[in-house]
Amino acid sequence: MTTQSSLLPIIALLPFLGALVPGIMIRAGRTATATFTAVPTVLALVMLGTLAPGVMEGTVYTMSIPWLPQLGLEAAFFLDGLGLMFACMILGVGLLITLYARYYLSGEDPAGQFYTYLLLFQGAMLGIVISDNILLLLIFWELTSLSSFLLIGYWKHLPEGRQGARMALTVTGAGGLAMIGGMLILGNIAGSYNLTDILAAGDAIKASDWYTPAVILILLGAFTKSAQFPFHFWLPHAMAAPTPVSAYLHSATMVKAGVFLMARMWPALSGTELWFYAVATTGLVTMVMAAVIALFKDDLKGLLAFSTVSHLGLLTMLLGFGTEAAAIAAVFHILNHLTFKAALFMTAGIIDHEAHTRDIKRLGGLAKLMPITAVIGTVAALSMAGIPLFNGFLSKEMMLEEASHTYWWENPWIVPALATFGALFSVAYSLRFIFHVFGGPVRDDYPHKPHDPPAGMWLSPAFLCVFVVLIGVAPFLAEDVVNMAATAVTGHETHAHLKIWHGVTPALYMSMAAVAGGAVLLLLHRPLDAAWIKAGPFYAKSAFDAVIAGCVRLSRGISDTLHDGSISRYLAIFTAATVTVGYVAFLRGEIAPATREMLPIPPVVAVGWVLLVCATAVIVLQHHMRYRALVVLGVIGLMISAGFIYISAPDLALTQISVETVTIMLLLLALHFLPKTTPQENSAGRRALDGLVAVAAGVGVAALSFAFMTRDFSSISDFHLANSYKGGGGTNVVNVILVDFRGYDTYGEIIVLGIAGLVIFALMEALLSGPAGARLRNSGYNFDRSHDRHPLMMVIATRVMMPIALMVGVYIFLRGHNQPGGGFVAGLVFSIALLMQYMASGFGWTSRRQQFEYHAMIGWGVVIAGLTGMGAWLSGTPFLTSAFGYVHLPPIEEFELATAALFDLGVFLCVLGAVMLMLYSLSRMARHAGETVNTEPMDYDPSRPRKMVEKGKA
Amino acid sequence: MELLVASAIGVLTAGGVYLILRLRAFPVILGLSLLSYAVNIFLVSTGRLAINAPPILNKYADVSYTDPLPQALVLTAIVISFGMTAVLVMFTLGAYLEAGDDTIDMTATEEKDDAA
Repeated sequence: MTTQSSLLPIIALLPFLGALVPGIMIRAGRTATATFTAVPTVLALVMLGTLAPGVMEGTVYTMSIPWLPQLGLEAAFFLDGLGLMFACMILGVGLLITLYARYYLSGEDPAGQFYTYLLLFQGAMLGIVISDNILLLLIFWELTSLSSFLLIGYWKHLPEGRQGARMALTVTGAGGLAMIGGMLILGNIAGSYNLTDILAAGDAIKASDWYTPAVILILLGAFTKSAQFPFHFWLPHAMAAPTPVSAYLHSATMVKAGVFLMARMWPALSGTELWFYAVATTGLVTMVMAAVIALFKDDLKGLLAFSTVSHLGLLTMLLGFGTEAAAIAAVFHILNHLTFKAALFMTAGIIDHEAHTRDIKRLGGLAKLMPITAVIGTVAALSMAGIPLFNGFLSKEMMLEEASHTYWWENPWIVPALATFGALFSVAYSLRFIFHVFGGPVRDDYPHKPHDPPAGMWLSPAFLCVFVVLIGVAPFLAEDVVNMAATAVTGHETHAHLKIWHGVTPALYMSMAAVAGGAVLLLLHRPLDAAWIKAGPFYAKSAFDAVIAGCVRLSRGISDTLHDGSISRYLAIFTAATVTVGYVAFLRGEIAPATREMLPIPPVVAVGWVLLVCATAVIVLQHHMRYRALVVLGVIGLMISAGFIYISAPDLALTQISVETVTIMLLLLALHFLPKTTPQENSAGRRALDGLVAVAAGVGVAALSFAFMTRDFSSISDFHLANSYKGGGGTNVVNVILVDFRGYDTYGEIIVLGIAGLVIFALMEALLSGPAGARLRNSGYNFDRSHDRHPLMMVIATRVMMPIALMVGVYIFLRGHNQPGGGFVAGLVFSIALLMQYMASGFGWTSRRQQFEYHAMIGWGVVIAGLTGMGAWLSGTPFLTSAFGYVHLPPIEEFELATAALFDLGVFLCVLGAVMLMLYSLSRMARHAGETVNTEPMDYDPSRPRKMVEKGKA
Repeated sequence: MELLVASAIGVLTAGGVYLILRLRAFPVILGLSLLSYAVNIFLVSTGRLAINAPPILNKYADVSYTDPLPQALVLTAIVISFGMTAVLVMFTLGAYLEAGDDTIDMTATEEKDDAA
């Protein structure tokens, strides 16, 4: 039975929204931030409370909001028994931790930050347990890794905190990556990323060929998160976190996420040999190994950390058994472990807080000094040991019962024996926690005299201990909850009957053996401990560090080899690789026969070709002489412009020739400051190799373009030709495409050009105010040159030409819509006309007469083009749709007015502004270098002595 | 004719590639200019060659036109490549004035400074 509930997304969002508040009110103090942290938690709990009765009756609440349906990602939530149990655990313990942390944190710790992280984590964890979509679940899963990283590293000043946080993130993050792979496979098999569909498709999944990789990858995620052997080592190191974090993340919630996932996927994945041997074995090994190590940990939190690992192993093993009874036991133990372990962590925190040490060897006798804490700690530890009348006993009995009839590789005794062995150590370390910390005589050498903390601190663990005892004495109280969750895990209704006395069963004997053996072990602790230390146990951290160091070395080696700072090398590799790919594709593919007749070659074209090829050869061979190469570059540009005219591209010819002019001017200006020659630095072999790459690239491109040109094709251009006049109102199709059909592209391009101009201006600004500017000022201006800076002939000629040149520009602009020309070319022609004035009459003279700001010109260009485009909205057409009409004024001929011309005006302004700004910036450099600014256009008077003219650096 | 255009593209490409593999910034800029010539002609040539058929609509006669689309694309490409050249020139100048030479590769010491 499923019901829609819009509360679910709200519950999932609440902690995230709430997380903002403590962060903002970081100065408000601990009490205020803690209060505001509790608000979203309580709200979410209340909302869950309204849904709980329905879930108890077997209703599944769902809510789905489409997010990225193309990826199969939906914000889909569902709440069933298992989800409800976990959600209540997360929120309930979260509330207790909020209270506890209020007293645990000192006034100097930034409490706002802590609570923000805590709520982030709470939201992520809550998201995991109520997600219906596995992709959404993965997002929350990664969020728990990230937020736990922040929480573990909360005390940034402690190196252990930082290292522990990094280690936890590395291990759980790597596991998360593996899990993404597994989940994607799973979704692929089931044909849906929704959990409900996947759980229903269990049989298809188990029968699939992809079952094994999916299980392995998902288990990697679950095992790393739940600290299963061999990934258990991060959990003890994460204990560098503040104790509230340890209690919350590392006992109650995050580490249970892996267990939760195995329980969630139980109907879809469990019950196979692979599942049993992978999960149950890992769980068993983890349980025993961690229990043994825990006994020899002197750090209270270290002991609890390994005990947690051990209990997580126990849960994993139970889920691995794949039987219904084992699943019930697992669910029950999740609940019990939460109550006693969180209480124990908080107790450890209290002891640390009061005695200023967590070292068991420096503690003892605390029962007399802090009686309340001692009672809480003892109750919780007895439950952990599995002593009757505490809840830990009940689930441990169920575990031993399941273990007692489990065959491992047809061996009937290995599982029960190891389980008993683990339980024995579990009793031993639990008793050690009680006797070595609270028992014994009062010492006089505590780092700080301990006494019971304020009530706020012990209330939370005490509250949990109430449950420990209550469930322990009257287990039927928990029956409903366990059945609710177990039903959700197994997929069909369970009827568990929890009771203390099951009669004389193998489990009872095993339990008795464990308790007796544990007591003996504790008595023998001193010699055993000495032996353990002498044996020098293996530390997983060193192995982890070695692996990480190896990875760093490897990646550094690779990047140092590939990325050695030599740009020419990257370019060579890049070009060679591209050429190779091209040749391979060419050789392996097929090429259609040529269909086009070749055009004849008129002699004049052949001459142009020869010029072009010779010019290129000269540049390549003589590029060391930079001026020469630059002049020859102009030849190529001219030939190409002429070629464009010949192959029916008049607009391109106009653009090319004006761009060519500006480019050469720009490069000449730049060369003024650069060395005039290029030294020969490459060996002959290197040059030959480069030549080989270059020739291969050239031949490839030539062949490609020849193949293109000799074959027919279909193009979308017929549309443009047909609609240019009708729809765009212009006969120059190229211009109509620029300002109308592809106006959006042009709009973007003028913006890019404007940005380029501004970048150059900004670079120059930064350059001149930095050390380069100082160097430039001290470079010593070179006086050894012609004094006739502004020759009379040129000044006069350019002034006469100026109006003509501008007129040409206007003409080209106006005819652009119907004849070759337009905003781009007109902008370039205008800038050439202005540049000529700068060159001929000098900078100072020209800029005094030139009143426009080039920055503003770029801005206006973009604004005008944009506004013209937006004008189309007024008539209800899309951005940049042009409108045009024909006007007839009596004295002159009928002419056309088109909004496209306005757009072209924007293009014109932008091009003019950008080009002028670029060259203007470069010429500023010259003045910085000490070049004088003339006040008169012709400031050279040969009759005056030389010193008068050359002011130089003076 | 097609052969001439194709070979011109090839020659420009080869020259451009050779020059961008040099160690100084100025030849690299020259090389990039050659490469942009080559690319522009290549793009125009994808519209196939046609003589005396400019894409200017003729109101009075039914004539054939060459493909206008590549021309429109190349027109902006020419202007943009000028902008790119200008930015590169500015980088070169800056690098030359800051470092004292216009090599484009990092020296070993520069790399060490960078890593530190």
